Amino acid sequence: MATVETFADVPEASAAARWRTFVVDFCRQRPLGAIGAAVVLLNLVVAALANVISPYDPLATDYGAMLAAPSRAHWLGTDAFGRDVLTRILYGSRTAMLVGFSCAFIGATLGAVIGVTSAYFGGKVDLLIQRVMDIFLSFPLIILALAVVAMLGTGLENVIAAITVPMIPRAALVARSSALAIREMPYVDAARAAGFRHGRIILRHMSPNVMAPYLIMLTAFLGQAILLEASLSFLGLGVSEPTPAWGLMLRGAAVQFAESAPWMAIFPGLAISLAVFAFNLFGDSLRDALDPRLRTQ
Amino acid sequence: MADALLDVRHLSTRFTTREGVVRAVDDVSWDVKEGETVALVGESGCGKSVSALSIMRLVAQPAGQIVGGQAVFKGRDLLTLDEEAMRRVRGREIAMIFQEPMTSLNPVLSIGRQLTEGLEIHLGKTPQQARGRAAELLGMVGIPDPERRLPQYPHQFSGGMRQRMMIAMALSCEPSLILADEPTTALDVTIQAQILELMKDLSRRLGVAMLMITHNLGVVARYADRVNVMYAGRIIEQGTARELYGNPRHPYTLGLLRSVPRLDEPRRSRLAPIDGQPPDLTRLPAGCAFLPRCAFRVDRCSVERPPLVPVAHTGPEPHVSACWEAERVIARQETR
Repeated sequence: MATVETFADVPEASAAARWRTFVVDFCRQRPLGAIGAAVVLLNLVVAALANVISPYDPLATDYGAMLAAPSRAHWLGTDAFGRDVLTRILYGSRTAMLVGFSCAFIGATLGAVIGVTSAYFGGKVDLLIQRVMDIFLSFPLIILALAVVAMLGTGLENVIAAITVPMIPRAALVARSSALAIREMPYVDAARAAGFRHGRIILRHMSPNVMAPYLIMLTAFLGQAILLEASLSFLGLGVSEPTPAWGLMLRGAAVQFAESAPWMAIFPGLAISLAVFAFNLFGDSLRDALDPRLRTQ
Repeated sequence: MADALLDVRHLSTRFTTREGVVRAVDDVSWDVKEGETVALVGESGCGKSVSALSIMRLVAQPAGQIVGGQAVFKGRDLLTLDEEAMRRVRGREIAMIFQEPMTSLNPVLSIGRQLTEGLEIHLGKTPQQARGRAAELLGMVGIPDPERRLPQYPHQFSGGMRQRMMIAMALSCEPSLILADEPTTALDVTIQAQILELMKDLSRRLGVAMLMITHNLGVVARYADRVNVMYAGRIIEQGTARELYGNPRHPYTLGLLRSVPRLDEPRRSRLAPIDGQPPDLTRLPAGCAFLPRCAFRVDRCSVERPPLVPVAHTGPEPHVSACWEAERVIARQETR
């Protein structure tokens, strides 16, 4: 048999090299995104090493140094129980990252699977799933999260569930619209003709093709989840004392002593803003980098 | 017909659209014998592809419905199998090759993965075994250096190589029948010939029967044993390739043959196109569907639809045509 077509023999870059060029290009073309990514990374490192880098125990009270102003001993001051604010912010990033990543990951993944399934089957299945998603979408994020907490009660797992639930329909919507185009591709029919099960076609053949919107949703959800967790905690519906959490640090005594000890509210607030801002910057840049329609600039 | 591998009888598939019911495939019967290549010829929209999809039970529902007939494959009627049993037939016993090699391969899965998946699922091979077999298959369809090609992705393959890859995928589970839906239409003419030669060679060597769906009569002449000509959802002429070329008995077949350039014609001679358009499948006339475009029409054609009846033939194989004036068609062919 004759062998043919010998072009396409261009030497290929290894996976590691391709990653490196992607990262270098990303940093050069989107410096803001790179800064966001750096802050996100910093957050993760802090969360992982909170017990190593923190100057104090986050739960240790020091009644000799209550409401102390920022100083050498307490860089960001202390709260009404004499607990070090810096330490609690560092530990608080653990809660924020845990909630942020688990909610964004679970929410975006479940949503994507539902969206792709909906697009794959089409017809009545699609109609039914989409109407259920519409019902969820008609509530603002925070209201739905509040409703879930009201049903399940407070606590870390319940907060994660409460934040995940409203994210699912949003992810499903985006994944479905991308998957509708994928559904029409001949390779989906080819997979059917090859005798594969529906589940395999959805998960192995279609889902990888909606990876770009999935990653974009994931990063967008991260910031939202952190903000939502802070909001819920601030409302007293999130994690409860004495767990260090940014939203929690803004409530109670922080409000009471807002004028005499503003550092109690300012620094956790800054932490929330910085984290959410960084995630959003990173997410936006990642979207621009991954979305071929925006790549022409 | 007892030895037919796939015997399609009175197959009818309809699509319900806003404009009305489209009889895409209307009472169509044909068969494929073990190891043989059968062609299904006709212009776009005549029901060729829908016939193949109906047999695979992959017609888009709920718009498309198989409303009648049988497709007996190895003694079982595919149209009444349950979904799970049908799934085991697809890819394993009847494989399909699609028209567009560019879009029929999944861009995010590696060549190796796409080749091994069927082997693991249908034949229960381990990943290592499947990988070895995949490399073997790539080599078999003439892709050089298969081991190095396996981790690559479809975008690193040219059109011809992708179609070779599709053939390798179709052959992977050693099916007894391959439905090839316009396998070369999207390719360059030079690559077309290579792919067709490859398919013919492999089908012969492996004893795979093939249903070749095409609108290219050149393909039919060279590669098919028997030919079914379809027009407006029906078969209008059926016979061996040799018989149909030398002795066409339907004005449509004759028209098709005369619209193809031939090397043995004088250089100046003009091609004779078939005038007009194929009919609207939602509003088929009572008589012959080809009537408005036919040069042989008589009064009877508009009243009564001609049945598919045997005509005089030269070889041992039967030759049938659906034309009231079948005898005149042959006469015209000779005086040309």
